Order: sequence, then C-alpha cells, then structure tokens
Amino acid sequence: MNQDARKERSPSVWSSGIVLAVVAAICTALVTITHRMTAPRIAENQKAYLEQSLRPALAGVFYDNDLSESTLILPPPHGLPGNEPAIIYRLFSEERPVAAVFVVSARGGYSGPIKLLIAVEYSGKLAGVQVLEHNETPGLGDLIEPSRSNWLQQFEDASLEDPSRDRWAIRRDGGAFDQLTGASITPRAVVMAVKETLLYYESNRDSIFESREQENQ
Amino acid sequence: MTRACQAIGSEKREMNSNIEPLRHVKAGLWNENPGLVQLLGLCPLLAVTTTFVNGLGLGLATVFVLTCSNALVSATRRFIYSEIRIPMYVLIIASLVTCIELIFEAWFPGLDRSLGIFIALIVTNCAIVARAEIFASRNRLLPSIVDGLAMGAGFALLLCALGAFRELVGQGSIFARMDMLLGGEPMRGLALADRGFLLAILPPGAFFSLALAVAAKNAIDRRRKRMLGLLAARQLG
Repeated sequence: MNQDARKERSPSVWSSGIVLAVVAAICTALVTITHRMTAPRIAENQKAYLEQSLRPALAGVFYDNDLSESTLILPPPHGLPGNEPAIIYRLFSEERPVAAVFVVSARGGYSGPIKLLIAVEYSGKLAGVQVLEHNETPGLGDLIEPSRSNWLQQFEDASLEDPSRDRWAIRRDGGAFDQLTGASITPRAVVMAVKETLLYYESNRDSIFESREQENQ
Repeated sequence: MTRACQAIGSEKREMNSNIEPLRHVKAGLWNENPGLVQLLGLCPLLAVTTTFVNGLGLGLATVFVLTCSNALVSATRRFIYSEIRIPMYVLIIASLVTCIELIFEAWFPGLDRSLGIFIALIVTNCAIVARAEIFASRNRLLPSIVDGLAMGAGFALLLCALGAFRELVGQGSIFARMDMLLGGEPMRGLALADRGFLLAILPPGAFFSLALAVAAKNAIDRRRKRMLGLLAARQLG
C-alpha cells in the first residue's frame, strides 16, 4: 500500500535534484576518502615499479640521483619512436651524467604500440632494453618478454658502431639481430625503435643532459 | 478483499523467508548464473580469463562491487524515485568501481597492471546494474546483500573456471603468477606442459570455452531433469 503510494506520487524536479545531489556528494566523499587513503601507497608502488623495471636494463650502471626528479617528458613530435609523449630519465653520479633511460613506444608491432624502456650509457652504448607493455600475440610476439625468452639480451652492449648502422635490423632483413621463431613483426618493430632512439641520443646527447643544469639554476 | 489477499501474500512470504537465502544462493551460483544463464557481463568475462589469477582477481572485484552496490541501492531504495533511479545506479556503481580500482592499484599493483582497463570496465558490467534494478531496488537490505554475494560468486566462479581451463589448455600451466594476488616471489604455478594449444588464449578460445561451459551446464540440467522425471514416474507406478 505504502509502496504504491510512493510510486504514484510524482516527485518534483526539485526533490529529485536534491536527492541526486546528496547521493552525488556522498559518492564523491567515498571516492575522495579512498583516494586519500591509497594515494601514498600508489605513489610508492609506481616508484618501486619504475626502479624495479629499470634495474634489469641498468645492470652495472651506478647512479646516485633520484629518478623521479630528473625526468624529462617530451610531448610529440619529439623525434623519438611513437606518437605518445616520450619520457627520459637521466642518471647522474656525482653530478656527472652516466646514462639516459628512454620510455618510448615502438610502432609497427602486430597489435598496437609496444612500450619499451631503453637504457643508453653516456658513451652511446646500450645498457639494456626492457618491454614495459605490449599487446602482441600470446605465444608468439610475447616471447620478447624477458620472462619467456632471453631475446632482449642481445641488445646489451650494442651500439650504433657495433653492429654497424646498416646492420641494425633482424636477420630476415639482412641485419645482425635474431628474430623469433614464427614471429618477425614484433622483433622488427623493437629493433627499429631501439635504433631510432640511439640515433636520437647521438644527435641530442648534450641537450638531454643540459636541461638539468637549467633546472638547477 | 485485496487487503486479505495481501495479508495472505505477506504471510506466505514470511513462511518462505527461511529458505529464501538458500534459493538466492542457488539462483546466483547455478539457476540464474549471470554468466552462464543470463549471459551478462560477457566483455570482461571473455577478455580477462586468459589465466586463473586474472579471472580470480576480476571475480573478487566484481563480487565486491556487486555486493556493495546491491546493499547501497537497497538501503536507499526509499529515496530513489523511479525517474532518477538510473543516474543513481550509475553514480553508486561508478564510485564503487573507482574505489576498488584505487584499492587494487595500492595493494595489488601487479594484478592491477595485468587486468588493466578491465577493472574500470566493471562499471559497464550489466550484471551489476541488472541486479540493482531487478533485485536490490525491490528487496530488503539482507536479501539484497545475499543476492549480490551469490550472483557475484556465480560470476567469479565462472571467471575462475574459464581462466583455469584456458590457462591449462593454452599455456599448459595453472595458477601461474598467483603472487600478484598473494604477494611474495613471482610464482610460475604448476607447469604441466611446455607449450599449450595457443587458440585457447586468443579471443576465439574465449568464446569456445564459454560455449563449452554453457553446454555443460545445460547437459547437467537436462540429465537431472530426466532423473527426476524417472523417479517421479517410478513413485507413481
């Protein structure tokens, strides 16, 4: 009976609006409280994840600066692979530049961009390459993941001199880098992105590390 | 006259209230399973069940959102005019999903990365808004919570089953990467074979697995019906 009466009574626009506003306020409060409670942990996780994902690419590189404070974010077009903003972490030891770590997205993969982390020592030699995110076919293209194969290891200590510039390609294209069994599109995209990054580093090295001094001034 | 009928009706409802919760649980887990019978929420169901741990993670998140949204909708049902009920559901469900997304990001970062956008997409799981509309807006708080738990558990169990099946067939392992949920060192799980049948992990494999699950459920139901029919016939005879 009571319920029927409620259904029949058509609420005014005002009372509906007030009810909606109150519920919206409560929901916003709920989200705000959760955000406040989780924000420090999330920031910590992201920092830990960043350092953890940099570590394998940075074997043997010593640095003493805080990575999150030496970050360059370049909006496109930046000359690096990918159409998304590129991130460069600069590593210093006693104020001297030691290495730069690029986060770029390789195009030409089988399914969407492949997010790569490319660590280049100051001399222009690669310290290591890691895959951060990809949507490549499970069982084929995802063999580039270090947990599935050691394909990425061949980039360690490589540079634009070794192998020489024109051999920066996969074997099938006459280059020096292995492809994966059954999958050449993914490795080709990764090799090309690494090469482009090295070329960018070669021509922009000074300006990359310079901007730190500008920040300090 | 009508009042008498209503009285009888309410009496009946009260008498049934003892077995009601059990019925809700059975409905959620089997008879009206949101994934197997209502075929709701197929997008997350098909997309994330590539491994057991992904299925379990999204399943738990869905149980949480479904139970809380049912509870909130049921608790506020007196204030929800039917004209504005849809925006209310959207508000409640969207804020719950945002909360669970933040919680996953804070406490299960690995799983959060692995599930990616699909945690946020729980908001589009029509099973949740369907339960709010069909059940929670018309029932008291406790039955609504039971319904949310049962429907969520039914959905989560299906996610786990599909995840386990696809992981087993597709990768030859099971329970890999459980550390994303439990913490600790990376786990490889039980590896039963080096390579699997790749198709199971790819999107078509998701449809095939779901079809197998639905077919299995129907076969079991039909067999049970036949058995009951035989029993009844025997008793009559």
